[in-house]
Amino acid sequence: MAGPIRVLVAKPGLDGHDRGAKVVARALRDAGIEVIYTGLHQTPAQVVDAAVQEDVDFIGLSILSGAHLTLFADVMELLRARKAGDIIVFGGGIIPEDDITELEALGVAKIFTPGATTASIVEWVEDHSRTLTASN
Amino acid sequence: MTAQAREQQGEFPYTRGINADPGVWTMGQYAGFGTARETNERFRALLDQGLTGFSVALDLPTQMGLDSDNQLARGEVGKVGVAIDSLADIEVLMDGIPLEKISQVRTTANSIGYIWAAMFEALAKKRGINPNEFGLFIQNDVLKEYFARGTQIFPAAAGLKLSVDVIEHIANNIPRWVSLAMSGYHIRESGSSAVQEIAFTFSNSRAYLDEAVQRGLSVDAVAPTLFTFLSSNMDFLPEIAKFRAARRVWAKLMRDTYHAQDPRSEQLRIFVFTAGSSLTAQQPLNNVVRTSIEAMAAALGGVQTMHVCAYDEALGVPTEVAATLALRTQQIVAFETGVTSMVDPLGGSYILEQLTDDLETEIWAEMANIAERGGALSCIESGYFQTELGDSAYKYAKSIDTGEKTVIGVNTFVTEPVAFEVFTLDPESERTQIASLQRVRATRDQDAVTAGLAAVRAAATAGANVVPACVQAVTAYATVGEIVDVLRDIHGPCVPSTMF
Repeated sequence: MAGPIRVLVAKPGLDGHDRGAKVVARALRDAGIEVIYTGLHQTPAQVVDAAVQEDVDFIGLSILSGAHLTLFADVMELLRARKAGDIIVFGGGIIPEDDITELEALGVAKIFTPGATTASIVEWVEDHSRTLTASN
Repeated sequence: MTAQAREQQGEFPYTRGINADPGVWTMGQYAGFGTARETNERFRALLDQGLTGFSVALDLPTQMGLDSDNQLARGEVGKVGVAIDSLADIEVLMDGIPLEKISQVRTTANSIGYIWAAMFEALAKKRGINPNEFGLFIQNDVLKEYFARGTQIFPAAAGLKLSVDVIEHIANNIPRWVSLAMSGYHIRESGSSAVQEIAFTFSNSRAYLDEAVQRGLSVDAVAPTLFTFLSSNMDFLPEIAKFRAARRVWAKLMRDTYHAQDPRSEQLRIFVFTAGSSLTAQQPLNNVVRTSIEAMAAALGGVQTMHVCAYDEALGVPTEVAATLALRTQQIVAFETGVTSMVDPLGGSYILEQLTDDLETEIWAEMANIAERGGALSCIESGYFQTELGDSAYKYAKSIDTGEKTVIGVNTFVTEPVAFEVFTLDPESERTQIASLQRVRATRDQDAVTAGLAAVRAAATAGANVVPACVQAVTAYATVGEIVDVLRDIHGPCVPSTMF
């Protein structure tokens, strides 16, 4: 992978809680990663459009409203449809254990739940971008 | 003896409480999910138990003015509250419940406050009763949505105009209703300090009051009906001081800036939620201890209404067991500790008085700073509020990461996680709601709907109060989404902020 890591932090759906998303966005930026934040109330299509246009390596989705199964599934499907399946998708929010298994089956690489440190999220993104570089 | 130590309970500036007589606060637990029918069943059960005040949690599509069959509502219908598409849902929600027996129905209608007011006015008319015979409590504080809660629909100036429409309509026609809950809770939950919680909230209040006064309303027609909605956090003594400082600042603001004549305008009524953000997903039972301490701080701070969070809220929508324990928590604080037998029992404590004085000074300073920046609306439009909250939320997250701030179970005394039962919603709710919405659309008098929506358009275009036209539209079963679409045509959409 050439140049700095690029991450799109996104708030799909109607959930208005973006404290966590913004904290993660800042932590990634502080670590030297290029971060774009979509703002609230994005449709899955808007998220995927932004990710493709901005040529990001990762999409970090944040949902606390309980609509994660629907919205993550839509994002994953649209990414495949846009032939952008190489973008690594991770997420966070109030997401029950059983749903995490389901999301992982959809191809979501990692779900961070409440209490995950910003350092652990930064480290995960850095580790996985190295994996990308190695496989390219 | 300092000036503050001579302050008396129930007297200006009300630092020590708005009442001289002790008493128990109103226990207002917040709930609601799925369809109006499911929520109605819960209300009837509560009414049978003697409760006369309810809160209605609305789902996100309703709060954002989207009908349940809107593409953007997929997966969100009935999730964080009940779905309301039209008056038909309100009729089901309140089915078999005598409105005149209801002391208070509270809701989180903000960006749709005018529709919510119209729905209950229309329901009262259909039942042949005066809406002033029951109590409706509409949050209607749209400004904080733009930087702390996130259900904004229109540009902020239009949002402000519509909120003041509700305040004006209620002050002139239904004075028993609460037309605004001045909300600091969400600001605090978004990462603010206690000072910012109060200063941002009262600056928002000033924006509403200034506009209401400009429309010719007297401050004494509005202020006595208001509540403030604050957070109770783990900083035990500073939080008690915060409730005291908030009352003192409000009283002085009403007297000195707004020249209120009615003493009730100066008496700040406080509605408290314990802090959801203090709850942890790790070792969730620890949260019962946290909420007990927060409830005690609110009790010692002399609040009027309280909601205690459920211990499993960091994991999902509360289970029945957790919701019941939350109510029991405040009942134990109220009825077993003796704390309700006195007013402001900690008043005079050197540290509490010092904290109260310091907070007051800092709140005034931040309010002056906001006023210099052009007031709340300008601070939203410039991103000042958003940036300030982002800074403090990030600093707080860092302090937990580094261990500077101790959170048991998260960065100290950490144990392996154990599985916990979480609430699951009937997946059929969304389909059921969409089917009933489509039935309403197919059977209503379409000409009356068209006329009602035209009236909303005409009022909004003329810059007039939209609530009467909304009453006409909802009476004809125009939907929330249809009314909001008309207003979006006129006011335009809200462009999301991408700052962080």
